[in-house]
Amino acid sequence: MPLCGFVVLGLFGKKYFSKSSGVIGSLLLLTCTLLALYTSYNYFIVEGPINGTYPTLTVFHITWLSFSNNLSIDLGILMDPISVMMLVVVTFISFMVHLFSIGYMKGEERLATYFSFLSLFTFSMLGLIISSNLFQIYIFWELVGVSSFLLIGFYFEKPAAVAASKKAFVVTRFADLGFLIGILLLGYYGDSFEFSTLIRQLTDTQSLQFTAITTASFAGVSILTWSLILIFMGGAGKSAMFPLHIWLPDAMEGPTPVSALIHAATMVVAGVFLVARLFPLFSIAETALNIVTFVGLISAFLAAVIACTQTDIKRVLAYSTMSQIGFMMFAIGSSNVGIENSLGYTASLFHLFTHAFFKSLLFLAAGAIIHIVHSNEMKDMGGLRKYMPITHLTFLIACLAIAGIPPFAGFFSKEEILLAAYHSNKIVFFIALITSGLTAFYMFRLYFSIFWNKQKELHHFHHEGTWTMKLPLVLLATCSVLVGFIPFGKYISFNNKVAASHFDPIFSIAPVTIAVAGILIALWIYKNESNKAKQLAVSFGSIYRAAYHKFYVDELYLFITEKIIFNLVGRPAAWIDKNIVDGMMNGIANSTQNISFLIRKVQSGKIQHYLLYFFAGIISMLVVFIYLWK
Amino acid sequence: MEISLLPLILIPLFTVLAMLLPNSQKQIRTIALLGSIAQLIFSIALFYFYIVEREAGNLAHFYFENNITWYAPLNINFHIGVDGISIAMILLTAFVVLAGVLVSWNMEHRSKEFFFLLLLLSLGAYGFFIALDLFTLFFFLEVAVIPKFLLIGIWGSGKKEYSAMKLVLMLMGGSALVFVAFAGIYFDSNINGTPTFDLVQIASLNLPIAVQKLFFPFAFIGFGIFTALFPFHTWVPDGHSSAPTAASMFLAGISMKLGGYGCLRVATYLMPEAAKEYSTIIIVLAIIAIIYGAFATMMQTDLKYINAYSSVSHCGFVLLGIGILTKTAIDGAVLQMVSHGLMTALFFAVIGMIYDRTHSRQVAQLGGLLKVLPFISTAFVIAGLCSLGLPGLSGFVAEVTVFVGAWEKVDLFYRIVTILACASIVVTAVYILRATGSVIMGPLKNKEHAILSDASWNERLAVILLVTVIIAIGISPFWLKDLLSPGTEIIINKLLIK
Repeated sequence: MPLCGFVVLGLFGKKYFSKSSGVIGSLLLLTCTLLALYTSYNYFIVEGPINGTYPTLTVFHITWLSFSNNLSIDLGILMDPISVMMLVVVTFISFMVHLFSIGYMKGEERLATYFSFLSLFTFSMLGLIISSNLFQIYIFWELVGVSSFLLIGFYFEKPAAVAASKKAFVVTRFADLGFLIGILLLGYYGDSFEFSTLIRQLTDTQSLQFTAITTASFAGVSILTWSLILIFMGGAGKSAMFPLHIWLPDAMEGPTPVSALIHAATMVVAGVFLVARLFPLFSIAETALNIVTFVGLISAFLAAVIACTQTDIKRVLAYSTMSQIGFMMFAIGSSNVGIENSLGYTASLFHLFTHAFFKSLLFLAAGAIIHIVHSNEMKDMGGLRKYMPITHLTFLIACLAIAGIPPFAGFFSKEEILLAAYHSNKIVFFIALITSGLTAFYMFRLYFSIFWNKQKELHHFHHEGTWTMKLPLVLLATCSVLVGFIPFGKYISFNNKVAASHFDPIFSIAPVTIAVAGILIALWIYKNESNKAKQLAVSFGSIYRAAYHKFYVDELYLFITEKIIFNLVGRPAAWIDKNIVDGMMNGIANSTQNISFLIRKVQSGKIQHYLLYFFAGIISMLVVFIYLWK
Repeated sequence: MEISLLPLILIPLFTVLAMLLPNSQKQIRTIALLGSIAQLIFSIALFYFYIVEREAGNLAHFYFENNITWYAPLNINFHIGVDGISIAMILLTAFVVLAGVLVSWNMEHRSKEFFFLLLLLSLGAYGFFIALDLFTLFFFLEVAVIPKFLLIGIWGSGKKEYSAMKLVLMLMGGSALVFVAFAGIYFDSNINGTPTFDLVQIASLNLPIAVQKLFFPFAFIGFGIFTALFPFHTWVPDGHSSAPTAASMFLAGISMKLGGYGCLRVATYLMPEAAKEYSTIIIVLAIIAIIYGAFATMMQTDLKYINAYSSVSHCGFVLLGIGILTKTAIDGAVLQMVSHGLMTALFFAVIGMIYDRTHSRQVAQLGGLLKVLPFISTAFVIAGLCSLGLPGLSGFVAEVTVFVGAWEKVDLFYRIVTILACASIVVTAVYILRATGSVIMGPLKNKEHAILSDASWNERLAVILLVTVIIAIGISPFWLKDLLSPGTEIIINKLLIK
């Protein structure tokens, strides 16, 4: 259905429904959302678990491109708990964003194009979720990437937007290189690209494929581990995990609702989804899982530190997204097969679920603010709570949710993550705890600077926004309060079995205390205008500067691409081609010419003559050959 | 159902002859357009009849064969016939030629000669793709080379004389090598005591291994020059960039495919043992072309040079697929030929349109064209996305098939090769996005460009035609794959039997 939206709006939108394109897109998405809700209701409640296990259904299946007897790219629709859950998340958030965009993008000339891109994105994201085949997921993965590229570069006249879209595409493309090679490896050894077949064959310790993939090794690491690490590289690229995260903050150049949809709630969690999808394989390759944990943890921590120093509201949110995805990653990485240790898997997806609501809420609220203030910089904001009461309230709810204050949604999912980390590794738990404290701090830093602090003069202030902008905020805020109470473990667990929810009130004391502490510090520093923030920055000195400059990762990349790739590889290649290879060819031509001049002593320069010699030469060569041959 | 292949040659022939009569530019271009539409209709009909025939259970290798004695003393026959691979190539040619005619609709300078030569080229290409006799094949190969000299020399731009000379000499050199191979094969094939040029007969009698080893390089390098085999690719950038739009489209879209098709049909099919023997060298050269072509592209500043170097890189995939010698890889090679043909024709068409309007092809001088030329810019972006292998467009299908095909070989060597080839798609993304970013997006660089008008009906039609096929392949590759499969199957079986 979103595909229809894309095609129709893309081709005819500009002429026929410039004004109504938003309404059409939203209506289509509303239908999708209802369908998805109905599906999940059917799947989880009506059909329910069979013998305590949710079934994995392949609803639809065709062979798209076959390579050999076993290997083919198939297109199918796979229904299992995680895909059904994701369907709901994606359609719902996408619908909210469509609705919000009607107000936000008002007056934009290329409205139809915008909505057609949004539809394209939603279509590809849904395709990604329901993929039944590794290659299918790759196909939609790329399509998601390109629609993200198109949307980031939507304001194509802004050089920064163009640069950001390029960067996003190239970085994720680089990551996808790993993904592709991983797919090829896994497909080759597993004898299939189909998830169900792959997982069946590779987890069965008796099967030929299992023996092949675990005994074959490269550089001392088994092929299974290699392929999973490479696939994870793709996931890390999309999910903006360290060190492939550099595109995400820049991607904020796109329209804000786009950031809410793509760079907060849906596309960026595709990496987590991918790991979850292949979790049965990851669970038998411990090294790969450890890498997932490690990368997730570093990302979570680093991003939280950077988020404390940024001044652009969208960038703070971007780093916070990265940090939260880091949480999901290390949660899934720290889980293992086994009843006690599998908590992380559930926790991770639970957090993905709740995060989608409050983070898109944060972005949409930020969008509403930017819409009014016409700036992304925090210093241009302040005291907005009187102007925008609804935005203020919903933003506060989202902040409380992300900080993990009960009874908001983030509390439940974060508790589970921390619990899972606690059970698996104490160091991971400790860092995670600090990070969640930081989360509370930077979110409330944002909150207080925007809505409290010194009041800024606002020009051209009319009203808070249209109802289409407010309604999504309210709906999402409601969700951010309520979804935490869903007994998630009952629906989603690593083996699709119904599991009990893990919730330990005693355990949650520590994280909540830390979060509250973070909020109080933020309150102390940012509630009123003061120079405490500056003093703090000075006292942290070099660490602050490094964090402000995002630990110089961007500069490092720039150095590698500009200096090494362009100057050391690209330029010489072009030079060699121009001078050496082509020179050689010209040299041959010139010497032929010179020789022919010598022979004829006539500068005829006519091509017929040269051709004549050419053929004469060839024929004489031929004659010699044939004689020698016989 | 029987259908004769002769119209495929006769249609362009009559078109060309008919064009000699009138003098007004309008009449000439109408004839050219009608001629190329007739070609396309016939090609599609051919495709349809082929499918019908296959469904009916005809298992012959070549369909619709026709064998006419041409010159009995040397046993030269005008032997024609098609399999799935040829039909794919014929369809490609028909589409590109029609698009080329549409793009050159407003050609005023010596339009008679221009369309004459353009359609003559198509005649050569069709003849080449249906020929089953080496001599006939060679004859048409030459028909498809010589008009290029004039096309570039007369209607070209930049250092056109140099480029025309370079291109024709190098391609002539290629054909000369091919001819050596043909002659060698001819003298060493004996059917009842007489040597033969007949491709089908030669294939059935298995040439002695020593002969194969000797003449394979001649045939492969000869055809390889057409397909930009490293280091004989240097005609590509100069030739493409000096050629007028339609000639560039033909050159990159079809001419380079003559080489790939020849490598497959003659070199690999007739000399399978040698193909195995030289496989490693071919792969190494192909991978150099892919990687090095991609990096060289990154440094180009002229749009046509960018596309020309990227063609070197993309055609490397064709040679790679042929060199790897698994069925999947060869399927991939043919898919890549079709895909690249369409994609590069689209690219050159769009670059031509931009050049016609702005009189510049320099990336640095262009910028923000999306604002003034939305249609053309969108076409540019689509061509770019196809080039960087976006799923849903034809490039992805072809490249992935080559990758999977290469992966089927277990050796570490093949693994490394595949990874390098995969890596090239990242570099492709870099140069495509750089070009798109500065030419299409960004602020309008040149104020004078603000008044440009977007594509005219003929240009739109050409673009829509090509984009439709690219998307059709990208979304449902199975029809093309099924079309090719029987043909590549036979080539592979030939490789497997010792």
